[in-house]
Amino acid sequence: MAAEDQSQASQSDLPYVLILKPPASFLLFGDHFFDSPNFQYLKAYESPLPLPHFLHTHAQSIQALLSSGGAPVTADTIRLLPRLGLVVTTSQGLNHIDLSECRRRGIAVAGAGTIFSADCADSVVGLLIDVLRKVSASNRYVKQGLWSSQGTYPLGYKLGGKRVGIVGLGSIGTEVAKRLEAFGCSISYNSRSKKPLVPYTFYPNVVELAANCDALIVCCALTDETHHLISKEVLSALGKDGVIINIARGPIIDEKELVRCLVKGEIRGAGLDVFEHEPDVPVELFALDNVVMSPHSAVFTRESFDDLCKLVVGNLEAFFSNEPLLTPVALDDLPHFSGRKD
Amino acid sequence: MESIGVLMACPMNPYLEQELDKRFTLHRFWKVPEKSTFLTTHCNSIRAVVGNASSGADAQMIEALPKLEIVASFSVGLDKIDLAKCKEKGIRVTNTPDVLTEDVADLAIGLMLAVLRKLCESDRYVRSGKWKKGSYMLTTKFTGKRVGIIGLGRIGMAIAKRAEAFSCPISYHSRTEKTETKYKYYPSVVELAANCDILVVACSLTEETRHIVNRKVIDALGAKGVLINIGRGPHVDEPELVSALVERRIGGAGLDVFEHEPEVPEELFGLDNVVLLPHVGSGTVETRKAMADLVLGNLEAHFMNKPLLTPVV
Repeated sequence: MAAEDQSQASQSDLPYVLILKPPASFLLFGDHFFDSPNFQYLKAYESPLPLPHFLHTHAQSIQALLSSGGAPVTADTIRLLPRLGLVVTTSQGLNHIDLSECRRRGIAVAGAGTIFSADCADSVVGLLIDVLRKVSASNRYVKQGLWSSQGTYPLGYKLGGKRVGIVGLGSIGTEVAKRLEAFGCSISYNSRSKKPLVPYTFYPNVVELAANCDALIVCCALTDETHHLISKEVLSALGKDGVIINIARGPIIDEKELVRCLVKGEIRGAGLDVFEHEPDVPVELFALDNVVMSPHSAVFTRESFDDLCKLVVGNLEAFFSNEPLLTPVALDDLPHFSGRKD
Repeated sequence: MESIGVLMACPMNPYLEQELDKRFTLHRFWKVPEKSTFLTTHCNSIRAVVGNASSGADAQMIEALPKLEIVASFSVGLDKIDLAKCKEKGIRVTNTPDVLTEDVADLAIGLMLAVLRKLCESDRYVRSGKWKKGSYMLTTKFTGKRVGIIGLGRIGMAIAKRAEAFSCPISYHSRTEKTETKYKYYPSVVELAANCDILVVACSLTEETRHIVNRKVIDALGAKGVLINIGRGPHVDEPELVSALVERRIGGAGLDVFEHEPEVPEELFGLDNVVLLPHVGSGTVETRKAMADLVLGNLEAHFMNKPLLTPVV
């Protein structure tokens, strides 16, 4: 406490940015990753005080909050921060922030913009090729010395000419489409609304999209409407020759149903970066060679983290100098986000 | 055509084998206990050889089969066939171009993504339960990386087209510069390697291109560079590559082919920046069927005195 008082005294004119829990970048790079000479951080997680007490103590000093996917910004938290003017998130997803409450209070939100779109799209293509061409499974096979002892590995499936259905044609979905077109795939999509200037086939619902594609790619936001959007009906429509790739949010897929379909061979395979209860992953998947998994790492490249650092610091510095935010989130046309942690 | 003897060099595709069995007198060379006796006994009835990437028709085989008229390869690569000998004796040679171009190019990109983004290792990480203890490490972004292609033929061009969709600047080395493309040409493989982040081997294997990726090229590629080989194992000086990888003098490798398949250097098994595949470049259900149909189509055309579908010689 005394040390904190001392450092506060020496930087007393710098505005405060609240951090509820350390973001992934702190764990990888240390807690000076987002430092700037123009503001200072107040780390709630370093205080022995319970959160509401901590917030009450510092309420008048906090104008901005740095959030990450694992630290939800609920209406309750927001109500304890009367001077809050900005929430900056390090994640692509916004489902952990109560955006309606932010809109009501006139609090600005700064997101990741499009800095992660390329890496997310690359992950989609990598996972899709891996599932269809059995890259991870056959790499395992070779590294166990089985190629020389047991012979050739079973054949995979061709990507070229496959019909790709994208759920959510935002920035990430668009980057996925652009890449897969170069592989000779045909692209269709479902989105909240049809996009007039886009050359891809629109399907008004996900069941029809799934029925008309060979690879279903989940690229949409998690909202109350998209929770368990990929249901038993959708998976059944996708069928036994269909593959599903999810780099969005685990709860968009009915995971129990997905696992059942995969175990029973009712769909061809899956590439999954996200799960309903991370970091817990259904153990039934570990026995399956037609499933490729990654630990919610679609944006975990050095390059993306460098870009994120510049963006987060840039947004906070803009806010504190009364300049326009670099990546403001439009709060006027919101799907329903209840701010529930994913 | 049942009396026409066809020698199949090794097991390659059950559907192809079945169809050859139906239409010709098929001899499965790998099941023959005494190979030289067999050749002497059957040399007058064998008029065709069906080979693949591992086994074709070398000079010895060709000399042993005086009635050989056609070698149909279940591959696009011709390095296992003595083409000069075939030309000399008027023996036709066919391969399976175009039908496998897309699959091989897709796999090249798949390997690039798997190596740079450590997809196989990430999958292993999740399966091991380690995710509960913490996040996996940061990997390397693929979009925008400079891709250097050795050999800008059908497969090389298909790789370039795909990599361009990821905003990768493309450069290449070829026997001759391809002025009709907009990609940057380098007159030597060393220069190409020095100026790219990912070097991919996509040329055919000939005497000139054996060990085209040697120590000098590996050094030029450097500690952050990645090598992808979807060509032939002998394109790369394998012991040099292995020591470069073990000593971390290059950044990683994605290899579908090896000098002595199916033997793979065990020193590579424990490296997390290396992805090893069992020569599956064209290994899809769809493409292998198309390749088989092309082999069958070429053989039929030949024995019915019609123009060959995909002749090389």
